[in-house]
Amino acid sequence: MNSLRTPLARVKGMGSAGEGTDHFWLQRLTAIGLVPLCIWFCFSMASLPSMDYATFTAWLGSPFTAVMMILVILVAFYHAALGLQVIVEDYIGEKGIRTASLIAIKIGCVFFAVTGVFSVLKISFAS
Amino acid sequence: MAWTDKRPMSPHLQIYKLPLTALISISHRITGVINFVGIVFLVLVLARAAGGEESFAFASALLSSWFGYLVLFGFTFALYFHFCNGIRHLFWDAGVGLDLESAKKTAPAVPVAAAVLTLVTWIVAIAA
Repeated sequence: MNSLRTPLARVKGMGSAGEGTDHFWLQRLTAIGLVPLCIWFCFSMASLPSMDYATFTAWLGSPFTAVMMILVILVAFYHAALGLQVIVEDYIGEKGIRTASLIAIKIGCVFFAVTGVFSVLKISFAS
Repeated sequence: MAWTDKRPMSPHLQIYKLPLTALISISHRITGVINFVGIVFLVLVLARAAGGEESFAFASALLSSWFGYLVLFGFTFALYFHFCNGIRHLFWDAGVGLDLESAKKTAPAVPVAAAVLTLVTWIVAIAA
């Protein structure tokens, strides 16, 4: 035996961090998803004749708009959580502030994503 | 305390003039953070709309004002900037154009494409 690493650890290839390419891969996967979603979001919003209550809720009342909007919220917040995590890991060295920031990012993103999805569903089901 | 060491220093961020590729790179991060603020703002608008007509009145007035338009215009440009440079990153991840010469060539296309997309979106918005 030349190494103290177990054969399982070697074949998993996760290293000391205990994780592999998940972060990198999901950042790219969500990025690809956001390409069509961003174009839809910008042009659909831009096509609204005005931003009054009736127009806005009628727009969100359409099942297609509601589904697309929920996808925008979920994928964008997932992508944002991963991106903000990298920024914190790069610039914040102090262990306590760093860990607190990483926890705050995850909790914050989940909170806003859930609030967004609930709001869309409430408007959509009411109309 | 004043710096007294006379020996030459390595390029420092406050002295070193960033090349365009580096400026685009840091802008990618900055626009990413702006986009996060943007989606949080979007959720707040959606939540106000979910609360009914009265609850939405302020958001509606804000989004129809010149100040609201200015903020939305800024968010639109930040989104498209990150969008365009993100596509550049996806090509790099696929191994396409991942060399200094290609990076230098594609860098100026990012702000130009972002500006064009922003203008097209706003022409649609004003026409609608």
